[in-house]
Amino acid sequence: MEKISVKVCTGTTCFVMGGANLQELHDLIPRKYGDKVEVSGSPCLGLCSINWEYSKAPYVKVNEAVVNEATVEKVLAEIDKQIGNN
Amino acid sequence: MNNIGQAIHLKKEILVRIIKAFLSDNFEKNTRLIPFDMRPKGIEVPYRCCVYKERAIIKDRTIAGLGFPIEEDDETVSLSDYAKQALERTEINNRHLTVLQAACKGCATNRIYVTDLCQGCVARPCQSVCKFGAVSIQNGKSVIDNEKCKKCQMCVKVCPYKAIVKISVPCEDSCPVGAVKKDQTGFANIDYEKCINCGKCISACPFGAVHEKSQIIDILKAMKSDKKVIAMIAPSVVGQFPGNIYQLKTAMINAGFDDVYEVAQGADITANTEAKEFTERMDEGQKFMTTSCCAGYNQLIKKHLPEIKPFVSDTKTPLYYTAEIVKKDFPDSVTVFISPCVAKRAECYENENINYVMSFEEMGALFIAKQIEITACEQTNFVKECSKQARRFGITGGVAESVKSSLNDETIIKPHIINGLNKESIKELKTIAKCGECSNGCNIVEVMCCEGGCIGGNATINNLKTSQKLIDSFADSSEDIKKIG
Repeated sequence: MEKISVKVCTGTTCFVMGGANLQELHDLIPRKYGDKVEVSGSPCLGLCSINWEYSKAPYVKVNEAVVNEATVEKVLAEIDKQIGNN
Repeated sequence: MNNIGQAIHLKKEILVRIIKAFLSDNFEKNTRLIPFDMRPKGIEVPYRCCVYKERAIIKDRTIAGLGFPIEEDDETVSLSDYAKQALERTEINNRHLTVLQAACKGCATNRIYVTDLCQGCVARPCQSVCKFGAVSIQNGKSVIDNEKCKKCQMCVKVCPYKAIVKISVPCEDSCPVGAVKKDQTGFANIDYEKCINCGKCISACPFGAVHEKSQIIDILKAMKSDKKVIAMIAPSVVGQFPGNIYQLKTAMINAGFDDVYEVAQGADITANTEAKEFTERMDEGQKFMTTSCCAGYNQLIKKHLPEIKPFVSDTKTPLYYTAEIVKKDFPDSVTVFISPCVAKRAECYENENINYVMSFEEMGALFIAKQIEITACEQTNFVKECSKQARRFGITGGVAESVKSSLNDETIIKPHIINGLNKESIKELKTIAKCGECSNGCNIVEVMCCEGGCIGGNATINNLKTSQKLIDSFADSSEDIKKIG
């Protein structure tokens, strides 16, 4: 099974619109999934400039899937979904 | 703390749009269009009954963002007129909160209520426990007479079926001084005579109905003028934005400020002065002293707790000293405090060295509107580096700790910490003032209006845990207060 990659956008827009609270994922994901999932911060993913501007920030990418208005719970749910699919 | 997710998101989005409108070639028109841009024709309605109500509420929120009280709006004035008035305004007033009363409609009044779970039991403990005769049995079920009920909640506690509940009004419950009340019409009202501007109602309302009256337009106007605009960042700003504070300084300069000062610089002065004052007071035989840097606490003293005044330190706040330095360095400048909370707006209003306040949320909105990537910015140093203790001023316990570290003999101080003002802690402060001493033998009382300290302020962006961690790691890399001249 290939590693799942989680990229948390640390661009200004995502951070201010709620991404600050996603920093918890950096502790939570390794604890919950061990080395099956890799989590990292990412410079602006460029998603806030398309699709209804900043109103869907913060964004997180779980592999190629985009989680918008991301919360810790939404990101974990997407990871679980992808693990289930593999 | 920002625990009301979507409502906060909405408020920030509106601020971004107001700033973008200001920066555009037609401020008035683009401000008028904000509700329509956010809720265009044909959109699926996210929260309210219809798109028209959504737009009306967004209009109200925009009025607060432009710096006007929502309560005084008679619905006939268009947002473009408000935008025009905001541009023409030369003064701000001392009322910093405003309530979007249209949002109060969904919220039931504060009372004790018997739910359908009432089994109409034989024991009827609710009836026998009530000292006010407010509980009667009608059609085999308990009913509460709200005229007689004193909301003591004894019936709630004794019901074996947990059938009786207290219906909460979050803004009322959160207010430590009883300044917010839903009136007969069902709308929340703030009594400004009582209000200490703590901002707890802003964080508590799940409808996001309480707003700060923003000064963002006044600040943007100053940036456009010939005057220098100098920002003073609260110590609690660390961890509120991506990147470090040296990158933040560059980002702020790119956003339109001419220079940026750390308020921690003033915190070093506050700590040293307060330590000296503490020693003197103890030598004079006083049993305790309280700190004086929290704006919410200072308002509480003034409006509700004058009896504690003799025990409150006369030392000024870190912001006071910082603003004094800035005005000396730039005499004709416009000064802006970058704030974690609304309470500081009241302090700044009373200090002629400080012109405006911009909340962390508003600064975030400014960065978004100007598309500034903080992590991509170079680092800019501050003229003066601050101590580790000063940089922890915004965390509960940080003020007492810095006073302690500034003393020659650190063993003489025993801190007692009030971590957040609420009805209980205010009672405790009243008792301490009445007795003239702390019952636990402590001799310095640090009072923080917000739980967690300034990092728990109503306008913060990051959560308590993460921001505390980030401040701690930044502070650990800074010098000790005894080594800062």
